[in-house]
Amino acid sequence: MTAPVLSVRGLSVRFLMPSGRRIAAVTDAHFDVAAGECLALVGESGCGKSVLASALLGLLPANAQAAGGAYLGDVDLLAADERTLARTVRGRLIGLIPQSPAAHLTPVRTVRSQLEETVVALTGTRGRAAVRQAAEAAAERAAFPAGHLDHHPHELSGGLAQRAATALALIGNAPLLLADEPTTGLDRDLVHHTVDELRRQVDVGRRALLVITHDLAAAERIADRMAVMYAGRIVEISDATAFFGLPGPRHPYSRGLLGALPERDFIPIPGMPPELGDLPDGCAFAPRCERATPTCTTLPAAAAGLVCHHPHVTEDLRA
Amino acid sequence: MLELQAITAGYDRKAPVVRDVTLSVAPGESVGLLGPSGCGKSTLARVAALLHRPDAGTLLLDGDPVRRWRHRAPCAQRTAIGVVFQQPRLSADPRLRLTDLIAEPLRATGRRDEVRERVAELAPSVGLTPDLLDRRPHEVSDGQLQRACLARALLLRPRWLICDEMTAMLDASTTAALVAAVEEYRSATGAGLLAVGHDQVLLGRWCDRTVSWEKLTSTEAGE
Repeated sequence: MTAPVLSVRGLSVRFLMPSGRRIAAVTDAHFDVAAGECLALVGESGCGKSVLASALLGLLPANAQAAGGAYLGDVDLLAADERTLARTVRGRLIGLIPQSPAAHLTPVRTVRSQLEETVVALTGTRGRAAVRQAAEAAAERAAFPAGHLDHHPHELSGGLAQRAATALALIGNAPLLLADEPTTGLDRDLVHHTVDELRRQVDVGRRALLVITHDLAAAERIADRMAVMYAGRIVEISDATAFFGLPGPRHPYSRGLLGALPERDFIPIPGMPPELGDLPDGCAFAPRCERATPTCTTLPAAAAGLVCHHPHVTEDLRA
Repeated sequence: MLELQAITAGYDRKAPVVRDVTLSVAPGESVGLLGPSGCGKSTLARVAALLHRPDAGTLLLDGDPVRRWRHRAPCAQRTAIGVVFQQPRLSADPRLRLTDLIAEPLRATGRRDEVRERVAELAPSVGLTPDLLDRRPHEVSDGQLQRACLARALLLRPRWLICDEMTAMLDASTTAALVAAVEEYRSATGAGLLAVGHDQVLLGRWCDRTVSWEKLTSTEAGE
């Protein structure tokens, strides 16, 4: 395996609330993403997925404190100052594919003008003809039709807006792409299309891709590895084939989440996720877990990408 | 019966998004309406929910034609229908606590005295705990807010439920929980359901039958 593009080591994010409460949005996250690999980070809404993305981009609000390390090449994203983040990281080392492309694009300017601006800002291209050509090439890379380049964002369908946002994210040739809920609100065909486009960027461009999503079907289609987040903690990291096929997820929460899909059992996990400001001492999932025992009041140690006292173990592993 | 007959509706008389569509839901039946984004299925759902006056066509609610829409609709017809929308954030008043959000339909129909009892009865059935009921929308997650919006839709015990992409913003477990809550209500009351969405797998699993938008509008396929 090649050296990872992004290594996250013990990343934690705390929000300090005016009342003096501390919200544990992300706790002790460890993972790597390599070139040509897609890691999907899944979990319920409000589990801290998007906060993790903001931490990587240095876009946390002022009342947040991040600890730990996140290394992209030789840059520590958490220690970097705003100048480094703005001049070398955002767009150049990390390309962001936003949650709602229609809101991400500037509404009063055409797609072409936004692409050209980004080309000028991120690459050394100069001269009107060269910039125009580079912008068209960028649109083509994301399969954005040339005929729509002179349209404004409101004239684009959801799928086209998504491609425009992807084209913008790809211009800087960033080794890491970060897609935050790229498929929310799109219909199934568009989800497949968007996800396949992203996958193509990973395969052809040898980029590393971190997809944050709650759409398990989309994750299954795109991911090489799955990271499952619950109440701010990554509880399981697995190979995607094993996760969706056999032997299946090992953490009871991942199992419940997968079982809730309409194409599977369609049975919800009982109860609701805990408050991030009021987490139990032990395993945060224990109150909803059918395998919970008194041991679960202590925090399980992370082993083999799994944080659980009573994981589902396959027969051959147990032997 | 909830009968939509030859409905034409839209936002521009010259270019209606819904053209001559007929669809009916029998009492106790659940119908899933499938279509791609932007096809007009939500507009049709708004017509069925008395929220959008169609340009042409009739809506029959239990045999009675609907003549007035939105706030002008007679109370008996309005309260026979419960609606859940796609985006809980946009369909919840940010200033109301979840209790008041859920209780609003009772207040609006002048039945304040039933509030306490009904909210206490409904909250557990959609999975809301008492501490959540005291919060305002910005203090809860999308999933929790959508649970409250579902409780609000069920408050007046409607005979018809319209769920327009109710679960599009939600994760798998919350989706399954909300669908289970709707089905529990329907099996207790025999209410009919029109569920609009784009997820064939979900609607196929959830509803008695699914109709695709193309089928409904195939008469004008040559356009």
